[in-house]
Amino acid sequence: MASVVFFYLAAALVLGGGVGVVTSRNIVYAAFGLLATMMGVAALFLLAFAEFLALVQVLIYGGAVVIVIIFALMLTRLDDFRHLTDHRGWPIAGAAALAVFGLIVAATIGTSVRTGPRTGVGFAELGETLFLDWAVPFEMASLVLLIALIGAIIMVRRSGPGDGG
Amino acid sequence: MELAHFQILAAALFAIGLYGVLARRSAVVILMSIELMLSAVNINLIGYAAFVDLTEAQRALGHVLVVFVITVAAAELALAVAIILRLYRNRSTVNADEINIMSG
Repeated sequence: MASVVFFYLAAALVLGGGVGVVTSRNIVYAAFGLLATMMGVAALFLLAFAEFLALVQVLIYGGAVVIVIIFALMLTRLDDFRHLTDHRGWPIAGAAALAVFGLIVAATIGTSVRTGPRTGVGFAELGETLFLDWAVPFEMASLVLLIALIGAIIMVRRSGPGDGG
Repeated sequence: MELAHFQILAAALFAIGLYGVLARRSAVVILMSIELMLSAVNINLIGYAAFVDLTEAQRALGHVLVVFVITVAAAELALAVAIILRLYRNRSTVNADEINIMSG
C-alpha cells in the first residue's frame, strides 16, 4: 500500500515539524519546523483528495504565513533569539497536552462512524458550493480579512515622534 | 490507511500545539503553536470529508469550512504580528511572562 507509506512519511513530517516548533531553542529553527509541518499537512490533504486545499495550504502557509512570521522575527530583533526559554510551569503544560491527547484519542476510539470509499471534492464542486451556498459567509470572510489588515496597519503605523515608536 | 489515522495524527498535532501555547514564553512561538492547532483542526475536517460516508454536499461543506479556517487564521496572524510588533516597540520584549500591563 503506497498510500500508507506516503501517509506515514507525511505524518512524520507533520509531527517532527511540530515538535521542532515547540522544543527548538532557536526561533528561526522553530519557523522552519512550522514550514515542514505545513508542507506535511498539504501532503495529507493530497492523500485525502483535497487537491485545491493542498494548493492553498502550500501557497498561504508555506508562502505567506511563514514569511510573515520571519518578518516578525526580523522586526523584533530579539536578544534572546537563540536561547528561547520555557515557562516555569512547563511540566504542567506537558501533562495538560497529554491529557487532551488522551481524551481525544479515547473519544475517537469510542465513537464509530460509517466510513465510505475515500473520495474528494472536485475544484468545480467546491467552487459551486463556496460561491452559491456559502456566498454570504465568503463575503463576510473577505470583510474580516480587510478589517484585520487595516487594523494591523493602523496598529504598527508610526504616527508621530510622541508615539512611543 | 483509514479515518483513525487522520484523527490520531490531528489529536497529536493539537496536543503539541497546546503544549507550545502553554509552555513557551516567546509570543512568536505561541503564535506558531496556535497555527499548529488550527492545522490539526483542518486535518480532522479533511479526514472526515474524505473517509466518512457522506453526501456530496456534506463533503463540500467540510472543504468550505477548511477554507474559512485558513482565512480566519490569516486574519488572526496579521493582527497578532501587529500586536507583537507594537509590544516590542513599547516594552522591548515579546515574552508573554513580562507582559503584565493588565494585571491588577
